[in-house]
Amino acid sequence: MSLLAAAGLWGPPGLLLTFALHPALCLRPAPTSGPPHRDYCVLGAGPAGLQMAYFLQRAGRDYAVFERAPRPGSFFTRYPRHRKLISINKRHTGKANAEFNLRHDWNSLLSHDPRLLFRHYSSAYFPDAGDMVRYLDDFADRLGLHVLYNTTIAHVTLNKDRQAWNGHYFLLTDQMGHAHRCSVLLVATGLSVPNQVDFPGSEYTEGYESVSVDPKDFEGQNVLILGRGNSAFETAENILGVTNFIHMLSRSRVRLSWATHYVGDLRAINNGLLDTYQLKSLDGLLESDLTDLAIVKDREGKFRVTLKFFLEEGNQSTDAITLPQDDNDNFAMRVAYDRVIRCLGWNFDFSIFDKSLRLSSGGEFSKKYPLVKASYESKGSRGLFVLGTASHSVDYRKSAGGFIHGFRYTARAVHRLLEHRHHGVAWPSTEHPVSQLTSSIVRRINEASGLYQMFGVLADVVLLKENATAFEYLEELPVQMLAQLETITGRRARHGLFVINMEYGRNFSGPDKDVFFHDRSVGHTEDAWQSNFLHPVIYYYRHLPTEQEVRFRPADWALPRPTAIHHIVEDFLTDWTAPVGHILPLRRFLENCLDTDLRSFYAESCFLFALTHQKLPPFCQQGYLRTQGLVGTESLRRHGEERRFPQGYATVGRRREDGAQGPEGGPLAPGPPLLQPHDSNKEEL
Amino acid sequence: MMSSSFNIYRVGISFVMMCIFYKSAVDSLSELSPQKYFSTLQPGKASLAYFCQADSPRTSIFLEELNEAVKPLQDFGISVAKVNCVKEETSRYCGKEKDLMKVYLFRGNILLREFPTDTLFDVNAIIAHVLFALLFNEVKYITTLEDLQNIENSLKGKANIAFSYVRAIGTPEHRAVMEAAFVYGTTYQFVLTTEIALLESIGTEAIENAHFYFFHCKQVLDLTQQCRRTLMEQPLATLNIHRFIKTMEAPLLTEVAEDPQQVSTVHLQLGLPLVFIVSQQATHEADRRTAEWVAWRLLGKAGVLLLLRDSLEVDIPQHANVVFRRAEEGAPVEFLVLHDTELIISRVEGNTHIEEMQEDEDEDMQSPDMDIQDDEVAETVYRHRKTQLPLELTVELTEETFNATVVASDSIVLFYAGWQAVSMAFLQSYIDLAIKLKGTSTLLLTRVNCADWSDLCTKQNVTEFPVVKMYKEGKHPVSYAGMLGTEDLLKFILLNRISCPVNITSVQEAEEYLSGELYKDLVPYSSVSVLGLFSPNMTIAKEDFTKAGNYLRGFVITGIYSEEDVLILSNKYGATLPALLLARHKEGKVESIPFANSRVQDIVQIVTNALLETFPEITVENLPVYLRLQKPLLILFSDGSINPQYTKAILTLVKEKHLDSLTPCWLNLKNTPAGRGILQTYFNALPPLPLIVVVNLHSGGQVFAFPSEQAITEQNLLLWLKKLEAGLESPITILPAQEWKPPLPAYDFLSMMDAAASQHPTRKEPECTKETNMQKNDKQQHEDKRSLLLFF
Repeated sequence: MSLLAAAGLWGPPGLLLTFALHPALCLRPAPTSGPPHRDYCVLGAGPAGLQMAYFLQRAGRDYAVFERAPRPGSFFTRYPRHRKLISINKRHTGKANAEFNLRHDWNSLLSHDPRLLFRHYSSAYFPDAGDMVRYLDDFADRLGLHVLYNTTIAHVTLNKDRQAWNGHYFLLTDQMGHAHRCSVLLVATGLSVPNQVDFPGSEYTEGYESVSVDPKDFEGQNVLILGRGNSAFETAENILGVTNFIHMLSRSRVRLSWATHYVGDLRAINNGLLDTYQLKSLDGLLESDLTDLAIVKDREGKFRVTLKFFLEEGNQSTDAITLPQDDNDNFAMRVAYDRVIRCLGWNFDFSIFDKSLRLSSGGEFSKKYPLVKASYESKGSRGLFVLGTASHSVDYRKSAGGFIHGFRYTARAVHRLLEHRHHGVAWPSTEHPVSQLTSSIVRRINEASGLYQMFGVLADVVLLKENATAFEYLEELPVQMLAQLETITGRRARHGLFVINMEYGRNFSGPDKDVFFHDRSVGHTEDAWQSNFLHPVIYYYRHLPTEQEVRFRPADWALPRPTAIHHIVEDFLTDWTAPVGHILPLRRFLENCLDTDLRSFYAESCFLFALTHQKLPPFCQQGYLRTQGLVGTESLRRHGEERRFPQGYATVGRRREDGAQGPEGGPLAPGPPLLQPHDSNKEEL
Repeated sequence: MMSSSFNIYRVGISFVMMCIFYKSAVDSLSELSPQKYFSTLQPGKASLAYFCQADSPRTSIFLEELNEAVKPLQDFGISVAKVNCVKEETSRYCGKEKDLMKVYLFRGNILLREFPTDTLFDVNAIIAHVLFALLFNEVKYITTLEDLQNIENSLKGKANIAFSYVRAIGTPEHRAVMEAAFVYGTTYQFVLTTEIALLESIGTEAIENAHFYFFHCKQVLDLTQQCRRTLMEQPLATLNIHRFIKTMEAPLLTEVAEDPQQVSTVHLQLGLPLVFIVSQQATHEADRRTAEWVAWRLLGKAGVLLLLRDSLEVDIPQHANVVFRRAEEGAPVEFLVLHDTELIISRVEGNTHIEEMQEDEDEDMQSPDMDIQDDEVAETVYRHRKTQLPLELTVELTEETFNATVVASDSIVLFYAGWQAVSMAFLQSYIDLAIKLKGTSTLLLTRVNCADWSDLCTKQNVTEFPVVKMYKEGKHPVSYAGMLGTEDLLKFILLNRISCPVNITSVQEAEEYLSGELYKDLVPYSSVSVLGLFSPNMTIAKEDFTKAGNYLRGFVITGIYSEEDVLILSNKYGATLPALLLARHKEGKVESIPFANSRVQDIVQIVTNALLETFPEITVENLPVYLRLQKPLLILFSDGSINPQYTKAILTLVKEKHLDSLTPCWLNLKNTPAGRGILQTYFNALPPLPLIVVVNLHSGGQVFAFPSEQAITEQNLLLWLKKLEAGLESPITILPAQEWKPPLPAYDFLSMMDAAASQHPTRKEPECTKETNMQKNDKQQHEDKRSLLLFF
C-alpha cells in the first residue's frame, strides 16, 4: 500500500531548530550603555511605514515606527486638498478570490485580517481622504503596531561599528534630543516638501498646499495654474465653473494615464479642463519652461507673465518691464491674471539625513526621489531602505511602486530580503513536481495581485530542480535583482528558471499614443506576442542571467534576452484559464523549454504506458506510479474511448515498426495516445 | 559468361531509341537448311532456330508470331532462323514427327534451351522466354518469401533490387520485365516471381496482373534494417519501367538556388512534375528533413528539390513554401502555401483539394495542430463541460463556512481549482462517490474551489490540486494519498469508519476479528486484517504499532490486543511477542510475523508488503504497487477468468522459488481492456490467448513471449524460464526507452519578435497608416508562421 505523506510523524524537527536559533538571537550586541536599540526603525507611519511594521510584527522582529504626528497617515489629513482620492475602491468584482480582488482595491494594506479591507471603510469608488486616515488609524490599532507618535526624527546619522549587521548603526535623534540606535533603517516618509520652481515673481504664486479650496474665492477670476499633474487638474476641476477662465502652464505636454498606463499621470476623473479646452471654452493649456518665465504685478495688482530674459535687461520699475506682447501682440498669456497657483508636486525631504548616509537625490528620472537600488536599498548606505512613495525612483512612470496598491507589495519584498539577510529565513517558496508546473503558473497569473499591480517590477520565479523533475515557486521577486537571486533569497538556481512577468505591449503606452486604435486587441494565440493590454509573459533562462546581462539588456526589454519567451494572449476579462487559448500554448512552451511531455493522463493510459514503455511521462511518474493516478469516471472514460480506443492502442503498437521503416527514419518519441497528428513532420513545413 | 555477349547493349544506350528502332523494323525470317544454319552460328552470339519439316505449311500462327519477333530479337543481338529439315540433311534437331517440331536457342553452337512451340504462343512469349533463358543469372526466379529475404540480405549495402511479380511467364508484362533486365540487369539485381502468396506476404494490397518494386538496398548498412521499397504505380510496360528506374537513379533530393523556371532535371524529361520545397538558412535542417520525407513519398512520381530562398536571385512570394512545376513546357510555375505535407502529395497525385495562396486570407493560415488539445484529461473535461453534475450532493465550503463546518462534523474536503482539468475530472469521481454514499455516510462530503477561496486553500497548506483531506474529531487533517478515483476513495472513507488500530478486548473478539466476522462489511475493502499482539507491558512497541496503524488508516484494518491472556493467541498462532497476525480473508489463512525492535516505518513496511499477493490479477489500480518491487513482470494474459490449472502451475513455481526474481501476475482483459493495447504493442496483432510474457521494465525493456504452441504447464514454464535466464531466448520486442518529449513544438515568439524588430515596429499600426503597412504586416505574419515551426 502506499506510503502516506505524513511528515512530522516521526519526531518534530521544528523544536530542534528553535533551540538552535535561540542562542543566535541572544547574540545580538547588547546595548551597552548607549541609546536604546532597535533592529528595525521605520520612519513614518503612513501606509508604507505601517505596511512594513505589519510584516515586522508578524515575523516577531524588534522594531519601532517613528511618526511625528499624533496619528498615522498625517499626509492624508491634509492631502489631497479637495479630499477625493483617485485610487479606486472597487467593492465588487463578481469574484470571491480575495487575492484577485486586491487587483482592484488600490487602498487596502496587506494583512491577515479581512476586516482591514478598505471596502469596509468607504463605499465610494473614489473615496474621501478622511476614510484613508480612519483606515490607517484602525490598521495600526487593530494590529497593535508599535508606533512612537509625536516623535519627529530631526536628524539621522551613521555610527560605524563592526558588530553591527551592516557595519554601522543608524543613529536617530528626535525633537527632544533623544537618540535611537537602529541596525536597519526603513525610510517611509513619502514626499513631503512642496516642489518650488525659482523664477522672478514666484513669490506671487500661491501653493497647492495652501490655496483656498472654496470655489467662491475664485468667482469671476482669471486663474493661471502652474503644473499639469493631478494636483493641478484637481485644483482646476474645483473652480472650473466659477472662474472666467483657467490657463494651465507646464513644461511638457499633458500625460493622460489611460494612454500611458501609469496611474500617476492625469486621471480621467480630474480632466474636466481638457474637455472644456478642446470644446473651445475659454480654458486652455500651454507648454513652456517655467524657469524661463517671470511674473510681475501690475498697477491693478494683477499678474502679468513675461520672460525672465526681459527682467534681466535692467532695473526697471514694474510698469516699464517689457512684456512679450509688446513685440508679439498675439502672445498667448498676454491677459492679466488674478491668481497664479503653483501645483508642482512634492519632493523627498533629504534634510534630516546626515551626509555620512550618502543618501543622494537624482535618480534616473527625477530629482525628487532618493537614489535606491532595485532592492530598495540605498546606494549610499547598506541597511537603509526606502519604502513607499519615496521609493518610486525604481519604477517612476512605469509601474505602481509610488502608490499604495504597488508599494504594499514592494514593502513585502523588502521584508523578505531582510528576513533572509538577517535571520536566515530563505525567500518563501513552495516545491512541486514538474507535472504541477503549468497549474502553478496558471494559478498565479489569474489571481496574483502583486504581479498585476507591480508589473515589470515584481515577478514570480520558477527555479527548476535537477533534471527538471521538480521546481520551486518564488513569488514577487524584485525582478531587476534577478542576477543576485541566489544571494538575496537563499535559493539555488542552478538548473534553469522561468520568470513570470506581466507586461503591456511594447510601444502601446505613451503620452502621445492612441490606445483606442482599431484592431488593437489580439485574439489569436499565435499573435500573442503582439498583445497590447497587460498580459503574462514568461521568460525561460537556461542559466541565471548575470548582472551585466540585466543591466545591459536590450532597450524596451523588461528582462535580459531569454532562451525562449512566451506571451499568453491578452484577455478582455483578464481571465487566462481558457483550455485551448491560454493553457495549451503555455503548456507547449513549458514542454519545449524542458524538453518533456507535460500532458496529464488518466490512470488507464499511464497503465498502458507503464507496460509498453521503459519511461513514463512526468504526470504518470509523479501521480500514477505513486498510486495517485487519476482514475476518471465512467462517463469521462466513455468520452475518451470514442476518440481514443482502439485507435489509440493501435497507434502505440504500430509505432515501433513505423519508426524503423517509415519515411521519417529516426525513432519517434513515445507516442501520445490521443489525437496524434498522423504525420509528425507536418509542422516543420 | 553469358552476360559478356551483350556488351554492345550497355545501360547507357537510350532505351527509347531502341524501342523506336524495333518498331520500325521490317526484317523477315530467314529460311536455311540445317547445314547452312549451323555454319552461320558465331561464337558467343545467340541464335534462335525453328526446325521444321520442309513439307510443313509455309504459314502458321506460330510462324507469324516468330516472324514478328525477328526484329526485336535482332535488336537484342539474337538472330532468328527457320531451319528446314530436308531429307538429305538430317539433323538431330529435326524432329521425327510434324507435331514435335521445336525451337532451339543456341549460343555459338552450344544449345542453351529448347522450347516446345506452344510455350512460345506469341511474340511476347517468344521474347520473354528467350531473354529469360539468356538472362538466367541476371534475373533470379524465386518462389518463397525466404528466397526474397535471402537475396535482400545478401545485397544490403551492395546493390538495389528490381523485384517484379507477373501472373505467368510469357505474358507481355514478363516481356517488359525481361527487356528491362536486358538493359539494367548488370546494374540491379532483378528478381521475378509468379507466386501471388509471396506478393501478399510483402504486404502488397490490391494485387493485379503485375507489380514492379524497386528495393533500395544499396544504402542499407544495418543488416537488421529492411530495404526501403518503392512500388511502381504505372502499368508494367517497358517504357514505364524505364522511366521508373530512371527516377530511382536520380538523386532523391537536390538543393538548388536558381529560378525554379530554369531548373531542369531528369524528371522533367521523363514527363514528371517538380516540387520545390522553399527553405531558408534558419530552417534549413528541418526543411531538408521535410523535403526528404516528401521526396520518398513522391519517388517515381515527381522530382523533389530544396530551394534555398536566401541565395535566390529571383523573387518568390514571401509566404510561398512550395513551388510546383508541371512537366509540360511553358506551364507556369505555381507558388503555393501548403501547411501539410499530405497536401503536397495529393497535389502531385492529382487530388485537388488544395488551398491556393491568397493574399488576404491569413486568418486560417496557421498550422492547426498546435491548437488541438492533445491532453486527454483536458480534452474529455472540456467535452463534458456542459454536463450538469449533481454538485449539491456535496457541500461547497467558503472562507466563512470552512472552519465551522470541519469542526462541527467529520468531513472529507476536496480542494480543487475550477479551471484545472485534472481537478475537474476528479470532481466527477467525487460526485459519483457522493451518489454512492448518499445517506449512508457519517462523513460530510465537502469541497472547496481554490480558484475562489485561494487564501483558505493556502492556509490549509493546499498548493497543488486536487487534494483530498479528512478532518476528523478535530484532529490534524489527514491527506488522502490513494488513487484519485471513486472506488479507492470509497475504500478510504469506509475503512476510516473504525479507528485504527482498533482496540480488541477479548480473545473471542480477536478471533472474530481475525476471521473477518467483526468487520464483515469492511473486509471486502481490506484483504488483510492486521492484529498486533503485545504483552501489557510492551509500551513502546504498542506505541509504535499504534502510530503505524494510524498511518495505514484508510488502507488496511489494524487491531491491537494486549490483555493479560494474550499468550492464548500467541501460542495458538505460534507467535513470539510482540507479533503481528495477518489474516488473509480470501485464503482464510492467518500468519504471524515477529517484529521485535521494529520501528514505526518497519511495521508500515511489513504490513505494506503483506498486502501484496503472490499471484495477483494486475489492474490499472494495483500495478504501481507491484512495480515498486522493481522486478520483471511475468504476466499471464487471459481473456476472462484464469484457468485454475495455470494458477496452480504458477503457484507451484512460486513455492519452489523459481519465480523469486520475477513478479508473477495475470491480466484479465475483461476487467482491464487496456491489456489489448499492451498485447498489440508486444505482438503487433492480437494473438490468441492465454499467453505468458516476461516484461523486463526496469532494465532493458525486453519482452519475451512463452511459445504459444506449448501448453502452460509447470515443466514447460520452468524450461522456458531457464532458457530465459541463460539468455537463450530472444525478445519479441524491446520497449522504447526514449524520454517523453514535447508532443508538438511551441510558438517561437522570440524569433517572431526578432524578425519584427529587424523589419518594422512591433506595434500594430493605427488605422490611418494601416494601408501602407498592411502588406508588410501580412508578410510578417507569414514569416512568423514559418519560423514558428522551429523552436530553438
